[in-house]
Amino acid sequence: MLKKTATTIVISILLSLFFYSSTVSSANKALRFQMPGTEGTVDLANFHGKVVYLDFWASWCIPCRKSFPWMNTLQARYKDKGLEVIAIALDESPRDAIAFLETYSANFTIGFDREGKSAEAYGVKVMPTSYLIDKKGFIIKTYQGSPKKYQREIEATIEKLVAE
Amino acid sequence: MLLTTLQACAAFQTESVKPWQKGVLTEEAMQLDADPIESYVDDHIYFSKEASTGGRGIGGGGCGCN
Repeated sequence: MLKKTATTIVISILLSLFFYSSTVSSANKALRFQMPGTEGTVDLANFHGKVVYLDFWASWCIPCRKSFPWMNTLQARYKDKGLEVIAIALDESPRDAIAFLETYSANFTIGFDREGKSAEAYGVKVMPTSYLIDKKGFIIKTYQGSPKKYQREIEATIEKLVAE
Repeated sequence: MLLTTLQACAAFQTESVKPWQKGVLTEEAMQLDADPIESYVDDHIYFSKEASTGGRGIGGGGCGCN
């Protein structure tokens, strides 16, 4: 009886490990999210067929702030070619994010996720973190920390992805 | 059974502070160093007198070559 219970426990632990690992290595498909934004609901599904530069930021994060002018440039340069910059504010109080946006203008899509559920789902470990998503909705590349050192590479990858 | 085991596994996971939950730590009141310039000057005098550098979060092996 004891042996049987022990075997069941071991099997369930192994099974749970399997399930755990399978959730970690999902086939890097960008997970769908819906959240309030500055201009209505932001739904990733609405950007299907576009290249998406998805950025997670917060008003108190200085490297995030520094990447805003560059994200404006990206949006201006590649919007007509099929790019959309989506920046998700993870401020626990969206009011802080809104105040920030009054100072630092953002000419791209802004979403608000005060609970950070989307960041959790995407596995954000560093602020800022951004994801480059292709037209089919797959995450092509993840950039952790300030994008300053990757800017050229990101731009080159975007050029390639919009041309696909 | 599986569910119980999964719950048991979840209980062992420690909850850590997420990167997006660190906003309060960036506030001025939360800074360990109230006046960076004053600290810099203090350190400069201290290291000059000691003829050594390092041990204050500044790299250095104590050769005094600052």
